[in-house]
Amino acid sequence: MAQVAVQEVSRHFGPVKALDNVTVDFADGGFYALLGPSGSGKTTLLRMIAGFDYPDSGHIRIAGEPVEAVSVEKREIGMMFQNYALFPNMTVFDNVAFGLSVRGVAKPEIARRVGEALELVHLTGFDKRKPHQLSGGQRQRVALARAIVTRPRVLLLDEPLSALDKSLRVEMQVELKRIQRDVAITTIFVTHDQEEALTLSDRIGILNEGRLVQEGPPLDIYERPRTAFAARFLGEANLFDITPGGAGGVSLGDGTMIRINGDTGAARQVAVRPEKMLLEPLSAPAPEGDSNVIQATVQQHIFAGSSLTYLLDWRDQQLKVFVQNRTGAVIGAGETVRLSWSPRDTVVLAG
Amino acid sequence: MAAVTETGAAHRRRAQRLTIFAMTGPAYLWLALTIFLPLSAMAYFSFLTDAPFGNKQAFLTLENYRAFFQEDFYRTLMLRSFRLGAEVTFYCFLFGFPCALVLAKTIRGRWREALFLLVILPFWSNALVRIFSWTMVLRGNGVLETLVNWILPGTGPLNLMFSYPAIIVGLVHSYIPYMILTCYLSLQAIDDSLIEAARSLGAGRLTVLRRLILPLAMPGIFAGAVLIFVPVVGSFMEPRILGGRNGTFIGTIIEDQFTAVFNWPLGAALSFIMLGIVLMILLIASPALRRMR
Repeated sequence: MAQVAVQEVSRHFGPVKALDNVTVDFADGGFYALLGPSGSGKTTLLRMIAGFDYPDSGHIRIAGEPVEAVSVEKREIGMMFQNYALFPNMTVFDNVAFGLSVRGVAKPEIARRVGEALELVHLTGFDKRKPHQLSGGQRQRVALARAIVTRPRVLLLDEPLSALDKSLRVEMQVELKRIQRDVAITTIFVTHDQEEALTLSDRIGILNEGRLVQEGPPLDIYERPRTAFAARFLGEANLFDITPGGAGGVSLGDGTMIRINGDTGAARQVAVRPEKMLLEPLSAPAPEGDSNVIQATVQQHIFAGSSLTYLLDWRDQQLKVFVQNRTGAVIGAGETVRLSWSPRDTVVLAG
Repeated sequence: MAAVTETGAAHRRRAQRLTIFAMTGPAYLWLALTIFLPLSAMAYFSFLTDAPFGNKQAFLTLENYRAFFQEDFYRTLMLRSFRLGAEVTFYCFLFGFPCALVLAKTIRGRWREALFLLVILPFWSNALVRIFSWTMVLRGNGVLETLVNWILPGTGPLNLMFSYPAIIVGLVHSYIPYMILTCYLSLQAIDDSLIEAARSLGAGRLTVLRRLILPLAMPGIFAGAVLIFVPVVGSFMEPRILGGRNGTFIGTIIEDQFTAVFNWPLGAALSFIMLGIVLMILLIASPALRRMR
């Protein structure tokens, strides 16, 4: 268990900047998600912390100690691979025992700790099986048991759930969270799945094109994305171009004044989450208070039982609004509706 | 309704069987004509007193097989040949495996192709040419002697021709591509993430090699060993040309029976005894191999 510090790390592959001056702290015992599209550098960063790759510049410290000169096998990390990488020539027991036997732990102690680890992942009694005799979810549990049985200082997970089907994935998310809380190992996991990042982690770092775009607790990032990329990659967002209009207000492209909280600075865009917008027919009483109001035309609706997604046209720009299915009725295409939202939910984006 | 689908399925099965037969038939027929028939003739010869050519009288006998068990000479030679096979296989593994490992796991792209070409080259050169070029290298005042004396002046004459090491050198050169290719195939099938996983668990490179790479490459190593061991045990060209007086092995003796002494029955009998022993060795080795997988 240890804190991991990444300081001003850069890595180039030829002309491609895989990582560009990334600084991020991973708190001791925390569950941290590195979120980004493919090619964003998240896997490169994970592999550097593991020791499979080295920064061109900058430093990585584990528990305060610089690890540039420490090779993978001496870093005391646990890593779970996307394809699980179970040793096909070994039984489940031998797979999990591998890290301990390499360290020269005594046989009875190995048996005890492997037993504990398999119990933790609910695979007691699977000792003698070979990896090819296991289901995807079971393989994943073995991989996890193998990674934590050595009590590593840091647990690194590379797209841990991506190979599982949807229902199993949700189940394993809960499991993973429980196990991480039980063993309290600093955990860093890489994912491109925003839902996974929001559900599992207590901190998220969003990476794009080698840069750390934003970093913080899931709720903060979701409610206050700093850039258009962050707003759209984590959740969905309606973006509006703005022209600054003094304190407390900006004008949209058509001259509509809207209110915001705080100052816009040099910002050129604001974002509004689809579920923060209230969609009403024009006949409904106008919203009270300082709500921002625009009118848009319904293009189509997507019905999903408990909720509806409306796609709307506003000045040739498509907007999206999520609505709870409270009335059991839908508003048809072509109808003009009123969208309103609080200034509090108008997020000013930087760049 | 059920009957209709059943005949449909049966029809498809029959059609499939016919396809299999049509596609494998020619190959098996060819094998039967070119291998099984001559081999049967040889098996028959091995029980005769004399090759049944011309007007010579030939009778059925076990004498040729008895000769092997009565004369120590043949058994000594057989052992010598098996030792040669084992040593050549061992050296092919010793030099071929690391090469295959580097080709499969370290080198990428164009360089890999270039290096592969170098590995395959012995295959494309005529065996006799290959062996005779070794005589240029290994003989006294040859390439090797010149080279060693150039690096270490004053080493003096160095003549490896007509010696056991010369045979080993020639055979290893001829057969090492088999080991490299079979090992390469099984090594390439090992996912890199397995090696990374082992290292992340604290295993050094040697441990990774011993506990992961070698066991997983075992099918390839074994296939290479079989491909090398079997023909080397019966080899006669390399021992004869590079070994000279020291090049007497069961393979050269068998060759003598056919080309010099014209005792085909004895040559045939010795061949079948060799084949029998090789098959026995494979039979004993295969359960051990299956366990490893």
